[in-house]
Amino acid sequence: MVLEMTNIRKHFGDLEVLKDIELKVDNGEVVSIIGPSGSGKSTLLRCATFLERIDGGEIKYLDKTAASTKDNTVVYAGKKQLKEIKKSFGLVFQQFNLFPHYSVLKNVMDAPVSVLGRNKDEVEKEARELLDKMGLRDKADSYPCELSGGQQQRVAIARALAMKPDILFFDEPTSALDPELTLEVLRIIKQLAEEKMTMVIVTHEMSFARAVSNRVIFMDGGYIVEQGDPEEVFGNPKQERTKQFLKNYEG
Amino acid sequence: MTFSTMLLTMGEGMLLTILLFALTLIGSMPLGMVVMFMEKSRIKPIAWLTKVYIAIMRGTPLMLQLLVWRFGPYYLFGISIGSAKLPALLIGFILNYAAYFAEIYRSGMDSMPVGQYEAAGILGYTKIQTFFKIILPQVIKRVLPSVTNEVITLVKDTSLASVLAYAEVFSIAKQISASQTSFIPFVIAGVFYFVANFIVAFIMERIEKSMQYYK
Ligand SMILES: Nc1ncnc2c1ncn2[C@@H]1O[C@H](COP(=O)(O)OP(=O)(O)OP(=O)(O)O)[C@@H](O)[C@H]1O
Ligand SMILES: [Mg+2]
Repeated sequence: MVLEMTNIRKHFGDLEVLKDIELKVDNGEVVSIIGPSGSGKSTLLRCATFLERIDGGEIKYLDKTAASTKDNTVVYAGKKQLKEIKKSFGLVFQQFNLFPHYSVLKNVMDAPVSVLGRNKDEVEKEARELLDKMGLRDKADSYPCELSGGQQQRVAIARALAMKPDILFFDEPTSALDPELTLEVLRIIKQLAEEKMTMVIVTHEMSFARAVSNRVIFMDGGYIVEQGDPEEVFGNPKQERTKQFLKNYEG
Repeated sequence: MTFSTMLLTMGEGMLLTILLFALTLIGSMPLGMVVMFMEKSRIKPIAWLTKVYIAIMRGTPLMLQLLVWRFGPYYLFGISIGSAKLPALLIGFILNYAAYFAEIYRSGMDSMPVGQYEAAGILGYTKIQTFFKIILPQVIKRVLPSVTNEVITLVKDTSLASVLAYAEVFSIAKQISASQTSFIPFVIAGVFYFVANFIVAFIMERIEKSMQYYK
């Protein structure tokens, strides 16, 4: 297991956003998370990536415990251990969040060099290969503001991949993009799936989720309502809520 | 008094004005950063005291503050600090301008999207790396226009030092004008401030341009 989240609970004030969620992801697996707005999808990813602290449950990456609960109190691992665990994952944001003052190449290279302390020339070679793969070979010296949204998102994916994460999270990677630009980003993610990159993707692109994932999770109201093989969940949903949700999408 | 002796006497005043201006900037710009962090401190008494300090600095006339720094030690504590005026002036100017710079920096920090911190955090940057590599360069770009305004105000505010009879250009102009019953010293002083600000604006514009390669 790359990621094991169990009994995850999270609330904001009185609002319970995650109620006893379990998310386990195997090596090479591609998991899509779908569900209505406000169902807690982003919050789940933010808890998985330590951007939010959980209020209960356990988080493990590759058998290393990041957070656990004893007697109703959550204990996070020490700073050093968390820093080590952080190397196992990457996150691609809806709004890209590239560093605007860095060139495309520097956006991709900087963290491997200044966080992992790797050799600069080696990192540059890899970064250029990654940009090549993203179809951005001639954009290395551009700045993010000179790129289209789709190109920016592909830089963001390259930036995340440059850290060689064991698992990559995407939170609605194409929601800020026009339809034509959406396709180019989805094609990249699909290619990563074919290369057996472990990924968890929150998306509203149903046909994409159906095509690319090994497993689909439908969330609603802070619960996982239904999950399974994409053909099953999309083609023959068991739960009433899932049926309703998918019908709204078709209509 | 000939025009050239007038100019020469005033030239010494100009040098003192420039000295006061430069030392105030060198002291207050970094101190403003410290004040900004103190204002944002999680330790409540520090944040609160810093807010009070900023409110006083901005809420009372700088001229009055200069008088307090010059004569306060004597009237309040009976300490005589001798006749040197520059220390009191520098304390007054630096503490005052640090408060204004702190507010400018703070608004720049507050305008940074949280996504920049989150992206850096996920990539594993430490807090210090995040501040110096990711946040600070962008904040500098954002606050530059406000900083330019403040620096231009400082050029003119140096004339307040005349309240302590510090021999900067404005004091000298007043003296010569009175003794020679001439209006020309004020014209010379006016041209000096104008040219100084012209240079400041030119330099700041160059710096702003150098950061225009990104949005
Ligand atoms: N920082 C926060 N403070 C308070 N409430 C929050 C916070 N973040 C999220 N919420 C609330 O938690 C609930 C779940 O939000 P979340 O963003 O996880 O939903 P989502 O499934 O990602 O929705 P969407 O499809 O619109 O992105 C919402 O009701 C939201 O208003
Ligand atoms: Mg969301």
